[in-house]
Amino acid sequence: MDITVNGDQKRLEAPLTVEGLLAVLELEPRKIAIERNMEIVPKSLYGETQLRDGDKIEIVQFVGGG
Amino acid sequence: MSDTFEVAGRKLSSRLIIGTGKYKTYQENAEAAEAAGAEMVTVAVRRVNLTDKDQPMLVDFLDPEKYIYLPNTAGCFTAEDAIRTLRLAREAGGWELVKLEVLSDQKTLYPDMEETLRAAKLLIKEGFDVMVYCSDDPVYARKLEEAGCCAIMPLGSLIGSGLGVMNPVNIRLIVEQSSVPVIVDAGVGTASDAAVAMELGCDGVLMNTAIAEAKDPILMASAMKHAVIAGREAYLAGRMPKKRYADPSSPLAGLI
Repeated sequence: MDITVNGDQKRLEAPLTVEGLLAVLELEPRKIAIERNMEIVPKSLYGETQLRDGDKIEIVQFVGGG
Repeated sequence: MSDTFEVAGRKLSSRLIIGTGKYKTYQENAEAAEAAGAEMVTVAVRRVNLTDKDQPMLVDFLDPEKYIYLPNTAGCFTAEDAIRTLRLAREAGGWELVKLEVLSDQKTLYPDMEETLRAAKLLIKEGFDVMVYCSDDPVYARKLEEAGCCAIMPLGSLIGSGLGVMNPVNIRLIVEQSSVPVIVDAGVGTASDAAVAMELGCDGVLMNTAIAEAKDPILMASAMKHAVIAGREAYLAGRMPKKRYADPSSPLAGLI
């Protein structure tokens, strides 16, 4: 299945949860926030949120800004 | 003398809030924050770089336990963009205190006050504590306060312009009418600009470029710290009245 992560297409070979995606991307859940199809995914639901074909995922963090 | 002010229940003794953009490195940013004596820093919310994961992270240099992170909505041009950004910020950081800015065009980055007010109302309904970047229009400033914003942050002049406080009369009007903190946000170029803002009775000053783009940002951060303290103390001390003619400092009596 194909999903979009931060604007880039990504092909997944097997079903994956949000938690699984973070593991694949080697990202620490502590420092980020995730939006799936414009809806926030609360950190507590990463493990049970299954990704579906066509999902648009945004992963953000705090960066320097004024 | 303890001279603190409070924003949404958080007591601050430093009246200098600094941005974290435009620094050469996060390390330099951290040193500037230290030199400025800042307790609150603004931060932006952006996509994680998935191709280069070794990029330094802000949180590793400016500890969110030490500094109050104030997530902003820089780059947002509609209320919806701003709300989306701040919902993500709340999820990433777990805090409700945010800086709202809704801009109107790229050239001036002037705040779109109609959208700003609309966004502020929606955010407050969702439980956010909203510090709001706004124009120096006292009417809109009052509307924002009435909507429940916890700090009014009028521009001194355009973001990143370094032109100083262009309309001190309006800033003073806003200070006089507001019962929440008023913080001049944007436009400060050098230390005297920060002092001017504080002498007008503002509760604080927020700046980024003035420090980050100084030749020596850390020395400028220190200068800004002193300017904000000097301006604040001058305001509290109450300046002498201005006169049109001289008034000798030495006594006239006993003159030989």
